[in-house]
Amino acid sequence: MARSDQKPRLGVWKFASCDGCQLTLLDCEDELLQVAGAVDIAYFPEATRGSVRGTYDLSLVEGSITTLHDAERIQDVRRRSRTLVTIGACATAGGIQALRNFADIDDFMAAVYAHPEYIETLSTSTPIADHVPVDFELRGCPISKQQLLEVLSAYLCGRRPVTPAHSVCLDCKLRGNVCVMVAHGTPCLGPMTHSGCNALCPSYNRGCYGCYGPKENPNAPALSERLDQLGMGRAERLRFYRTFNAWAGPFREESERHEP
Amino acid sequence: MDNVDDGSVITRQGLQCLLDALAQRGYTVVGPTVRDQAIVYEELARTDELPAGWTDEQDGGHYRLKRRSDEALFGYAVGPHSWKRFLHPPKVSLWQATRNGDELRFVPARDEPPRYAFIGVRACELAAISIQDRVLMGDEYADPHYRSRREQAFLVALNCSEAGGTCFCDSMNTGPDVKEGYDLVLTELLDGDNHLFLIRSGSEEGAEILAELPREPATEAHQAAATAVVEKTRSQMGRSMPQTAIPALLMDNLEHPRWDEVADRCLSCSNCTMVCPTCFCTTVEDTSDLEGVTAERSRRWDSCFTSDFSYIHGGSVRSSTRSRYRQWMTHKLATWVDQFGTSGCVGCGRCITWCPVGIDITEEVRAIHDDVSSRDKE
Ligand code: SF4
Ligand code: SF4
Ligand code: SF4
Ligand code: SF4
Ligand code: SF4
Repeated sequence: MARSDQKPRLGVWKFASCDGCQLTLLDCEDELLQVAGAVDIAYFPEATRGSVRGTYDLSLVEGSITTLHDAERIQDVRRRSRTLVTIGACATAGGIQALRNFADIDDFMAAVYAHPEYIETLSTSTPIADHVPVDFELRGCPISKQQLLEVLSAYLCGRRPVTPAHSVCLDCKLRGNVCVMVAHGTPCLGPMTHSGCNALCPSYNRGCYGCYGPKENPNAPALSERLDQLGMGRAERLRFYRTFNAWAGPFREESERHEP
Repeated sequence: MDNVDDGSVITRQGLQCLLDALAQRGYTVVGPTVRDQAIVYEELARTDELPAGWTDEQDGGHYRLKRRSDEALFGYAVGPHSWKRFLHPPKVSLWQATRNGDELRFVPARDEPPRYAFIGVRACELAAISIQDRVLMGDEYADPHYRSRREQAFLVALNCSEAGGTCFCDSMNTGPDVKEGYDLVLTELLDGDNHLFLIRSGSEEGAEILAELPREPATEAHQAAATAVVEKTRSQMGRSMPQTAIPALLMDNLEHPRWDEVADRCLSCSNCTMVCPTCFCTTVEDTSDLEGVTAERSRRWDSCFTSDFSYIHGGSVRSSTRSRYRQWMTHKLATWVDQFGTSGCVGCGRCITWCPVGIDITEEVRAIHDDVSSRDKE
């Protein structure tokens, strides 16, 4: 398939997030020129001063929906985008800010702001897919640079990206790591976490924190039982499940099972 | 050349001479060493890189390095790695394609593997290698990547002096004594400060190398000591496989409630298949660059515990953990026999130790076996 001369227009959009995922794109130092050569970066506030006019062939959306204004803005982004890809734990699962979903938002506001009455916010932080149809979700907190380049390359030639949904354990074993859970007794979320980071933490003798959210077909209750045997208490386990992907189905359900 | 096949004994210095002789012949020497609190297989050059004085404590989902009271170099059971990582590597590039205008060019990936010499290949591991030989190069559809590594490999086998807590080679008839398929075989003999290795050759090249080593002929006492080592190991098996017609047992009980029970515990994480020295499944992945000029196809280990593994048009055939665990166990122990003429399990125990939740293939067979035979009695 020969490519048309017209470069696809790329938009990068930010909702409630830390910017880490967008910055992954800028972090593609060696490949950035190639990216700029392959797509027309039409809107990317982190990198350029563009305008929100017109339509976009590909939109990368970072961040979750936490305000009414954003809930409306994402509808506009969706209308302007032919293909919409969400990037990162905020956009795909609600992010760390979804911890508010488990608590009373007014209590948080009173604790953080001197004048909570000036703050207008939703009581929840929700993934983009709860609001508009999403064509592809790229996980991670932050996303991996290699995976982002893979998604872009795949998009450009019209193929499915290679971002398998298996466990971190599989990658961990490909790398030849010694399992930290079996050999050191270190709690690890790898067996229920989606591949993508190339088993980064276990490669440095740390347990997996679940940055990439749930893998397909996870079994959290069985993992909890093992964590318990390793001496990780109930409250600690609740916190273990409730981080960047706290609101993602299997993590959420398992943490709720652990509530006092 | 004197007759070395009656057995000789070498010292630890002699073992160093062996490593040197292999390196001199151009082999990349790989053997056991301690890394990240486990005994793994890595390239090594000196005997002091071997796990002297270390052993392991193994159980379902549990592995700990432990200090030994002696300085044995091979006083441990198999760890998380197997020789599969070298003979059938986790990732292999298959080909690249480049586009120049309308012209497409396909270039097979260069695959020039090293000539490996493996140090300390256990009986169960020799059996696993022979099973992979059958699977990956046993008929006209040979895997060139496996074959090129395997045909050049030099195997220094080892009679086990220590069985691990999850070993069950005795009940799979694969060990702990080394029977065939090696170039050299060692038995470690420790008697106080007297630290020797009984060594025998099993191939011409093995005999040639052995003839170069400083050695003494083995006495009857050495032979007897070596036999005693293996017999002691045989009596220490941490696990055993029920002695019954397992293929029929499993295939007649495909709807047994035990599959549901194990599915409740199984994480579907794929660790068991990754560490298993006989599991051979791979998938291919295609990638292309941003400019759409080059594409690459590569191959990596895959597992029947993933959903992509059984994905066909319309979805995954095995979406439940129950069906995946059943696939793994029936393949290892039943359908493998139909396919390749032997069991797919050699009793090394790795899948038990390295399963994060300690699921035990021998216990799963026993559960179905005991339940069926108790019902038969009624
Ligand atoms: S260290 Fe964690 S990710 Fe790696 S195999 Fe063990 S449980 Fe899985
Ligand atoms: S099934 Fe388990 S015990 Fe049998 S060969 Fe594989 S890893 Fe070893
Ligand atoms: S048990 Fe599964 S991964 Fe192993 S060889 Fe069989 S199908 Fe492949
Ligand atoms: S299974 Fe047998 S041959 Fe393998 S390490 Fe254990 S005792 Fe040795
Ligand atoms: S049996 Fe154990 S190692 Fe295998 S997939 Fe299940 S939990 Fe993972």
